[in-house]
Amino acid sequence: MQLPVDYILHLADTALVLGHRNSEWCGHGPVLEQDIAITNISLDLIGQARHFYQYAATLLGDGYSEDRLAYFRSAAEFKNLTLAELPKEDWAHTILRQFYISSYQSLLFSYLKQEKDEQVAAIAEKCLKEITYHLRWSSEWVIRLGDGTEESKLRIEKAAANLHPYLAEIFFPAFYEQFLAEADRQEIKKQWLARANEIFEEAGLLFPGIGNSNGYAGKTGQHTVYLEQLLTEMQVLPRTYPDAVW
Amino acid sequence: MVNAPYIPPADIWDILKNIPDPEIPVISITDLGIVRDVQTGGGRIVITITPTYSGCPAHEVIMQTIRMELLAHGYTNMEIKQALFPAWTTDWMTNDGKEKLRRFGIAPPNPVQQFCHQGLFAADETVQCPRCGSFSTKKISEFGSTACKALYQCTDCQEPFDYFKCH
Repeated sequence: MQLPVDYILHLADTALVLGHRNSEWCGHGPVLEQDIAITNISLDLIGQARHFYQYAATLLGDGYSEDRLAYFRSAAEFKNLTLAELPKEDWAHTILRQFYISSYQSLLFSYLKQEKDEQVAAIAEKCLKEITYHLRWSSEWVIRLGDGTEESKLRIEKAAANLHPYLAEIFFPAFYEQFLAEADRQEIKKQWLARANEIFEEAGLLFPGIGNSNGYAGKTGQHTVYLEQLLTEMQVLPRTYPDAVW
Repeated sequence: MVNAPYIPPADIWDILKNIPDPEIPVISITDLGIVRDVQTGGGRIVITITPTYSGCPAHEVIMQTIRMELLAHGYTNMEIKQALFPAWTTDWMTNDGKEKLRRFGIAPPNPVQQFCHQGLFAADETVQCPRCGSFSTKKISEFGSTACKALYQCTDCQEPFDYFKCH
């Protein structure tokens, strides 16, 4: 059984947008090793996005390709989590967002690898191996910052406050997510909360919970202005020179 | 319709065995374990390969190189397929490939069963220094110069080295 194309695009868009955001650290990481780490994670995410776009393109049929899906859709057509499109800000914001999304991907993909949609199951299983590294790396960094210096603690607390309004959307199902049984959705949410609480506690921080939605719904195309800016930069070359090959 | 000449799969494997990995040219793509299948029915060659990491830029180069090499050997009727499942694991790397890595100065991957899925801040995997053979080494970073490697340093000979992480 094939999952909705919109859902596959949602998975692809979240991975691409987050991968692109993280790539902005290239050459700006706090130390060389971590610069390499975050750009490696970008590479994995963009690779994951490509798996999903390629699959979506075959489902959509004639004229569709991964490049067309990535470069020739406008912000309103993107279905990524709003959380993924927010500016990278400082290291604490980037780390915490990565932790939230890796933790979610880890649980969701463990579920999707048992899906009847064989291609989605295969992509999920492949990606899980990479996500395991992302989750471990970002969890360790949340703890390191929370349990580090006064400055690092202040920064991660500020990141937690700023990202908090965007967490509700993760678990609020969009119209194309109805295939996921309510019980499974609740189970994923429960385990996600447990992991967040565990890591925050170890970091000496208080997890603020997920609260109510702030109305942003990137999953259904209602984005912040930040996505528009990201896409303008990311799409400028193929849109200016549609015949360019690379 | 003319009967297509029989192509022994072993001939194709021999060609693939000599295609180096573009990032780590001391090992071949068959040493890496990414060539999953070779079919040669009806004069058509169908090769199935699997990516190592999702975003590995070497993957496209490898697909292109396979095509070029087969053309150079006179084969024109071919298809190169990508299979994501079952997902690639370093356990598919040949022993010969691991030995070539070690001699090149990259510590080969440990077996997946024993070492993957560590917890947070877990004791680092025991990785043997590819230069002096010491087991007294430490992890510098989980991510290295390519998606498939981590950075380590030997605390005996002090040499920093790449570790091809188990996956």
